[in-house]
Amino acid sequence: MSEQSRQRILARLAAGTRQASAPIPQPDPIPARTYSRTEKIEKLKTLMEAMRTEVHVTDAQNWIHKLEEILKKRKLKSLVYPPQTTLGGILESHWESAEGNLPQLIPYEKEIEDFKERLFTIDAGITSTAGAIADPGALILWPSEKEPRLMSLVPSIHIAILQADKIFSSFLEAMHKEKWSTKMPTNVVLISGPSKTADIEMTLAFGVHGPRELIVLIVET
Amino acid sequence: MRNYPDNPQKVYYFGTCLVDMFYPGAGLAGIKLLQQNGIKVIFPSQQTCCGQPAYNSGFPDEARTVARKQIELFYKDLPIVVPSGSCAGMMRHHYPKLFENDPRIDQVISFSERIFELSEFLVHAVNIKLEDHGLPINVTWHSSCHALREMAVTEDSKSLIRQLKNVELVELQREQDCCGFGGTFAVKQPAISAVMVKDKTDDVRQTGAERLITGDCGCLMNISGALQYENASIKGQHLAEFIWERINGESSTA
Amino acid sequence: MANHQPLDFEKNVARAINDKQLIKNIKSAMNTLVLKRKNIFSDAAETERLRTLGNATKSQALSKLPELLERLETKCTENGIQVHWAETIPEANQLVLDIMKSHGATRLVKGKSMVSEEMELNAYLQKHGIEALETDLGEFIIQLNHETPAHIIVPAIHKNRDQISKIFHDHIPGAPYTDNVDELNAIARKTLRQKFEKADVGLSGVNFAVAETGTLCLVENEGNGRMCTTVPGVHIALMGLEKVVEKLEDLPPMLRLLIGSATGQLITTYVNMITSPRKPGEKDGPKEVHLIILDNGRSKIYADPQRRKTLYCIRCGTCLSHCPVYNRIGGHAYGYIYPGPIGKILNPQVEGLEAAGVLATASSLCNACEEVCPVKIPIPELIRRIRNESYSKDPASMVAGHGYKSNWIESLVWKLWAIANTRPLINAAGIKVLGALGLKLPKVGPLKLWTRNRKAPELAPQSLHELVKHIGVDNE
Repeated sequence: MSEQSRQRILARLAAGTRQASAPIPQPDPIPARTYSRTEKIEKLKTLMEAMRTEVHVTDAQNWIHKLEEILKKRKLKSLVYPPQTTLGGILESHWESAEGNLPQLIPYEKEIEDFKERLFTIDAGITSTAGAIADPGALILWPSEKEPRLMSLVPSIHIAILQADKIFSSFLEAMHKEKWSTKMPTNVVLISGPSKTADIEMTLAFGVHGPRELIVLIVET
Repeated sequence: MRNYPDNPQKVYYFGTCLVDMFYPGAGLAGIKLLQQNGIKVIFPSQQTCCGQPAYNSGFPDEARTVARKQIELFYKDLPIVVPSGSCAGMMRHHYPKLFENDPRIDQVISFSERIFELSEFLVHAVNIKLEDHGLPINVTWHSSCHALREMAVTEDSKSLIRQLKNVELVELQREQDCCGFGGTFAVKQPAISAVMVKDKTDDVRQTGAERLITGDCGCLMNISGALQYENASIKGQHLAEFIWERINGESSTA
Repeated sequence: MANHQPLDFEKNVARAINDKQLIKNIKSAMNTLVLKRKNIFSDAAETERLRTLGNATKSQALSKLPELLERLETKCTENGIQVHWAETIPEANQLVLDIMKSHGATRLVKGKSMVSEEMELNAYLQKHGIEALETDLGEFIIQLNHETPAHIIVPAIHKNRDQISKIFHDHIPGAPYTDNVDELNAIARKTLRQKFEKADVGLSGVNFAVAETGTLCLVENEGNGRMCTTVPGVHIALMGLEKVVEKLEDLPPMLRLLIGSATGQLITTYVNMITSPRKPGEKDGPKEVHLIILDNGRSKIYADPQRRKTLYCIRCGTCLSHCPVYNRIGGHAYGYIYPGPIGKILNPQVEGLEAAGVLATASSLCNACEEVCPVKIPIPELIRRIRNESYSKDPASMVAGHGYKSNWIESLVWKLWAIANTRPLINAAGIKVLGALGLKLPKVGPLKLWTRNRKAPELAPQSLHELVKHIGVDNE
């Protein structure tokens, strides 16, 4: 049935394309603006903070301490993380020697079918990022076998680690420099802040179905 | 920005059917303003209507019949000045579409390119200077949708009012809202049109102005008709007539 | 559309106009959307360039529509997405049902999809014992209240917080009565979170489908779209066949236009780009992804070069927000799923003119919609086209129901009008006769309607033609 519909639809469309009409305008692409390194960090921070993201600019030595501070302040019980990654390795070794009330590290190592119930009870999730886009102010999440998709969605708090040198000026720049069209993953997500809605009387309210809080640690190298 | 003729000596004038039948004083004021600035005005006596009523109602053939007649009448290479943004818009932007497949499309395009709404012509081609001899007065301005969006002459119209030093222009809160005339829309969807014109008259009244000025007689008929029905004291008037009165101290038909 | 009641537009309009609360809610919300859009598109020159680009991108993509759809299908299939084609709504509904049944699934969680509303999918599934639960907050609200969306982007905008709190209180077990927006959201979050966890199948729309890479792009603020397309084991994506774009790099400007126009944001909270089901080694994501491409009359619209422009629509809803008519009657009065200016041109072409042609009369042709449409659809031009088709008896016309309004009275009126306006002596004589009648113009027909709330216009004692004779103008 689907095949017959397909034939009929395509046949009608093919006949339709033969209807000559006025010449079709050629798209005139608008070149994207580029920003300097400092401008990019500033722009990203400003735009994401306007969307209620908590943004901290740190460096390679200090980010882990900042993270500790953030977690302790919120008195979280559990933090899901990606175990077989560089990020995962750093967290594991740091937690071994860390003091104080840190949340329990929960590795996302099983398939979701065996992990779903647990995942929905975890307080926070931490992920790396594939970079970010300064304008219009969003993180690029590029989930993989090692970093599953739901880590940045299900827990109420999402913490993202961003390397400052992977901030692109624009969406187009990110696509071109990283040659996205040759290697699209299962699911790329741009994230510009915690979840929100204005469906009731156009009044903005945060924390709907996605995370209520988004915390970004920009790591300058 | 379109090109305007530099120091025009002679122009055609297209009165429009609503002006002809209901507001001839406005039409006359426009002509006299041009004459007062040394311009010779030609008024082809066989002109009637731009055809927009039929064009908007689903009768393009009848619209073409009437439009063709106007195009033939205004054949000389002279600017055609029109005291209505709506009719100007029709003749400037819609005639080429109406005659898209016509062998004489070149003649149509040449006609359309010569169409000017009255305010834009007075401001940019005539460079008119207005000296206000009237008593202090508050007015408010309404722009027809086509004057605003198709002909983009609203700022020109308002700049003419602002030249009159004893006139205070109090802007509407929702100046860009359609008044609900829409030609046959007012009678095809009367309930919707009625609430639109009511919102407009409420806005007009809250300005506290004594007069409502507009450049389009369709809107004028609609809004002032509603104001009168509501027994409001505010008078509606066409921009050309208002200007003529202010600078000459008497009505255009005197 | 299945079981559709005939549209009584006049009755709908009367009801809407008399509903003061409705109109207050609508006007307030639309005012906000208009201001937000203005704010985000504050640079006039840049906005114009962007809109021109949007128009060109859609024109180009549509000019190659069959080729792009086939390319999309090939790439999607390569990536593991199963592609289905549905010519009609019953076919599309059947496809969804078949997928559900093949998994023994009875619970569907839905992200916002106007196509699914067009299909009346929820009612269909319910008849077959399947719970289809809306998760977009606005859709969730109206589903609880058994209503259809009132606006393309903000479905529950016709309700204020008091009305919504009553809906929650009445329909969600244990929900307290509160008019605090944050608390209302928290109730929705809690209720729906359980549903996400337990759902068998998730459904979404598609904002743009990229042929180059076989990617489905979906934008949202709430996170329910991600939930629906990631948590359940099966994801069904519904799209109208006009939603395909050629390249990945077409996305940034199109998204800027869509999001800026729809919600006045630079970017939504989330932009999802889905290219395949769960790959080997990945731990989450649906194991099956289906794409259903719906026709429902679009391919017929496509065949006409002028009417094809209807298909440029990216469903941003901004024409609704700017429309003086929509602002006065709200979305439901239009009687079909797509309200506002886009509805005025789309519904008559899909449903036929007899059913929906009246919608094309509900416009004063003010051009407010055309001025803001991100892809420059010439909506007023298409409204006039629908009006022309409503009267046209041309046998070559491909519009269903064309000529349905044709009647001898109106034909005669316009013929006489044309005669009078091309024979100036007749015109002048006619005006003189009307002038002699003066205030006694018979208040019938149009004049009767006019004078319900306006004073009748008065014919001037002397026409302009007569007055100019005395002031030294030339005839030639």
